[in-house]
This record gives sequence, structure tokens and C-alpha cells, in this order.
Amino acid sequence: MARYSAFSIFRNALSGQKNWRRAWRAAEPKPAYDVIVVGGGGHGLATAFYLAENHGIRNVAVLEKGYVGGGNVGRNTTVIRSNYLLDGNTQFYEFSVKLWEGLSRALNFNVMFSQRGQIVTAHSADQLDTFSHRANIMRLNGIDADILDRDAVRRLVPYLDFSETARFPIHGAILQGRAGTARHDAVAWGYARAADGHGVDIIQNCEVTGFVRNGERIVGVETSKGRIGAGKVGLAVAGHTSLLAAEAGLELPIESHVLQAFVTEPLKPLVDHVVAYGADHFYVSQSDKGGLVFGGNLDGYNSYAQRGNLGVVREVAEAAIALMPCISRVRLLRHWGGVMDMTPDASPIICPTPIEGLYLNGGWCYGGFKATPASGWCFAHMLATGKPHPLTAAYALDRFRTGHTLDEAGAGPSAWLQ
Amino acid sequence: MLRIDCPCCGPRDHDEFRYGGDASAVRPAHDDPDPEAWYRYVYVRKNPAGLHREFWQHVTGCRQWLVIERDTRNHAIASVGFTRNMPA
Repeated sequence: MARYSAFSIFRNALSGQKNWRRAWRAAEPKPAYDVIVVGGGGHGLATAFYLAENHGIRNVAVLEKGYVGGGNVGRNTTVIRSNYLLDGNTQFYEFSVKLWEGLSRALNFNVMFSQRGQIVTAHSADQLDTFSHRANIMRLNGIDADILDRDAVRRLVPYLDFSETARFPIHGAILQGRAGTARHDAVAWGYARAADGHGVDIIQNCEVTGFVRNGERIVGVETSKGRIGAGKVGLAVAGHTSLLAAEAGLELPIESHVLQAFVTEPLKPLVDHVVAYGADHFYVSQSDKGGLVFGGNLDGYNSYAQRGNLGVVREVAEAAIALMPCISRVRLLRHWGGVMDMTPDASPIICPTPIEGLYLNGGWCYGGFKATPASGWCFAHMLATGKPHPLTAAYALDRFRTGHTLDEAGAGPSAWLQ
Repeated sequence: MLRIDCPCCGPRDHDEFRYGGDASAVRPAHDDPDPEAWYRYVYVRKNPAGLHREFWQHVTGCRQWLVIERDTRNHAIASVGFTRNMPA
């Protein structure tokens, strides 16, 4: 792999930009691999990279049914944060933010991680109390958190509705200064390139349709490019985890739901932070191209359609204007839907399965993007050692049986309410 | 938009309805002591890509609970009926 550097830019400029090498090989499947990672999204590619980088396991294939970056890694709203409350979540997501902080250097690829800070507005004294509780928990875990009063919020984000007529007046906010955004495609491309540099085969247009068994053990996968043997198989196919797991005979506590995301026409710089609306489900950041990127609630019923419904477009627009009246006349350029694995407690499932040789990484709900580096790091650890990484011990499948759920949203066992 | 043909009120926009989840999950008997049965009822879902039987309530209409068969790939609705007429 040719390394990117100031010198490589200079050298390629001298030769008319004609000699850039492709970022990763167009690999065709070998008969067998030590590890097959199903899913060429952020989590699958990160897993393959850390398998090679941290564990020296390089006889690895990543199988992607479409193209790298064509699934959820390219359908999210790019927010990265670790402002979690529950034990298990706080430590895991903070580990992820720490990996993000060094990711461009680790991958030799600019993922454009921008720590612009996330502000979540509080709209009652009680809500500010719960945010103070959260900030205390975060600080006890070594995570940065600040509680802002109304005046401080107004100084940072004066364009929100601070008028006398605001439907839900802003009382204050919680700020995580190290939160931010990253270029989501770059994350997929960076991991793909770095994994390829370690010898990992990234095989696109290769859909996994079933599993090969030797007795009870899974020893390979059936794909649209034929049968491929594997020592271990890891699933990282968020959105379609239950369909693929069902092929292996696993039934999971997962429902698939659509979450929509939106981009407006480009504006002059307006939103410096990631801002989330505490009175409704709405959050917004501004992309480097100027578009406001935002999202809201799930559509709210099971769906594999990868397209949303206008009712949610209206709800999100209402929330947007309630928080930021100044954007009421901004035009939406586009919106899209991604299919989420929704678990009944809004936390992911990363664990060995009851089927020997099969490992699961799914159930990311709508929090998968920020988890990408830590998810890959910990899943690689599990595939290499056969045991969960301590940071993902809380994400075991049997937590629903034993009552150790991590219900960060407090919505109970109804996936569509999470 | 999804249009749901409510048996009381006729075809209505789905914004009038509230989703109630998978209607194929069967509740164990009240005195069933088997934790596995309760785990499956509360948490485990088939989550099909295709026809899905699900509860919806017409909250801003007749308030009836309905059972709808809907294709999760394209939202085509195959049938709508009252929950109370559902086979036990």
C-alpha cells in the first residue's frame, strides 16, 4: 500500500495525477479463510483491519453484498459522541471516541474527524437535573461533560429559539466538547484501504446466502460467488442481522426499522456544533459542504424498505423549526432511509452465538456509526480469542434472559419505541 | 404514505394510527412458570422480510385495535381486521 503524505501529493501532481494507485484491490474469493467477516460496512471493515493490526490474523475476507460504503455506514448522520449514562455503554463509547481521536493517523487516511462538540438542550429544570446526573456519571468515567445554563447556551448557539414565544423554552444544556462528526464514507474507505494493506481480501458484490456446516459447527458460507470455507464467521450486517442469523437457525431479539436522515441546501456557516433538541427527537450538524444534516425519530414500524414515510419528514421539520425558527425557509435537498437493527433495549449485541464458529455483531439501533472503531476493535478481539472483549461484556445476547438489559432510552422491550 | 383501510372508518392515513408491534408473538399462560417462554414472548421476534402480522390502533379515529398483514419490503397491506376477531 502506497502511503499518503504531502510528498505523495507533490509527486503525483508532477505526473499529472495519473499514477495514484487504487485504494484497495478488487479481490476474488480464495477457497478458504481463517476468518470471514460478513458485511463490508464500517464495522466489518474495522473488524478486518484490527484482526490484522492487533492480532496478526491476515488470512481474512470481508464479504459485501453491494459495494463498500453502500449500506448504513453511508446512510447515517455522522455524529460521534460518548455522552452515555449506563455502565457498559459509557466505557465502550468513550473507548470509541479515543480511537476516533487517533483514527486518521492510524489508517493513514483523513476521516475528517471534527470535534466540534455536542450540545443537548434541556427544556425544564427536571431535565437539566437528569443531564447533571449524566454529566456526573460521564466525569466519573473520565469523559468530558459540562452543564450550561440558559445564558451560556445562548452565547454558544444564539440561533436557537430563545424568544418569549418558544413552545419549549431552553433552560440549559449538556455539552460534550470532544463529541463531533466524521466523514462517514472516508471511514469505510480508510478502513478498507488499511485492511487491504494488511492483506485482507475485500470482496464486493458477494452476497452471503447461507452457511456451510460440519456437524453443528459453521465452517464456511454460501455466497453468490460460490462456497467459501472459514475457520470463524463474524456477522456485521446491521439492518439485516436477523435475516442472516435466521439462515444459521438463530432467532434474535431484533426488529428492523427505518430511520430517515435529511440534508438541506448548502448554507453559509451557521451550526458550529452538533445540536440535539431535548424536547423532541431532532439533532443537527452542518457538513463541510454547508448542508445541514439532521435526523429524528424512527418511522416506527418494521421495515426493510430503505425508504421512509412523509409523516416523519413532517415531524422532523416541525421539531427543526421549533428549535431553529431561522431555518424555516431552507429547502431540503434530499432525505433517505436506512434499515436499523433495533434491539429491545437500544443497546447492541456483540457476542459469540450458541452456534460454534459463528459470532455476532449487530443490534446497533441508530448508534452504530460512532461505535465503528471500538466495535471493530472488540469484535476482532472476540474473533481472534473466542471470548468477548471486556468492553463488550455487557452486550451479550443472554442479557435479555437474565434481566441485565442496558435500556439507555428507558423505553422498555418495544423496539420501535427505542 | 401508508393507507390503512380501517374496518370502521374506511381508508385513512397511517399517521392516525399507533403501531403496536408484532401480532404473532403469543403470550404464555398467566401462570406459566417457564422463563424461556416469557423471554421469547417479550423479546424474540421473527422480523421477516415479507408479510408481517402486526397490531395498529386507530388512535385518532375509532380507537379500535386492528391486526394488519403488511409486507415489510414495500408496505403493501394484504389484510386488515379487528384484533378481537383474531383467532386465539
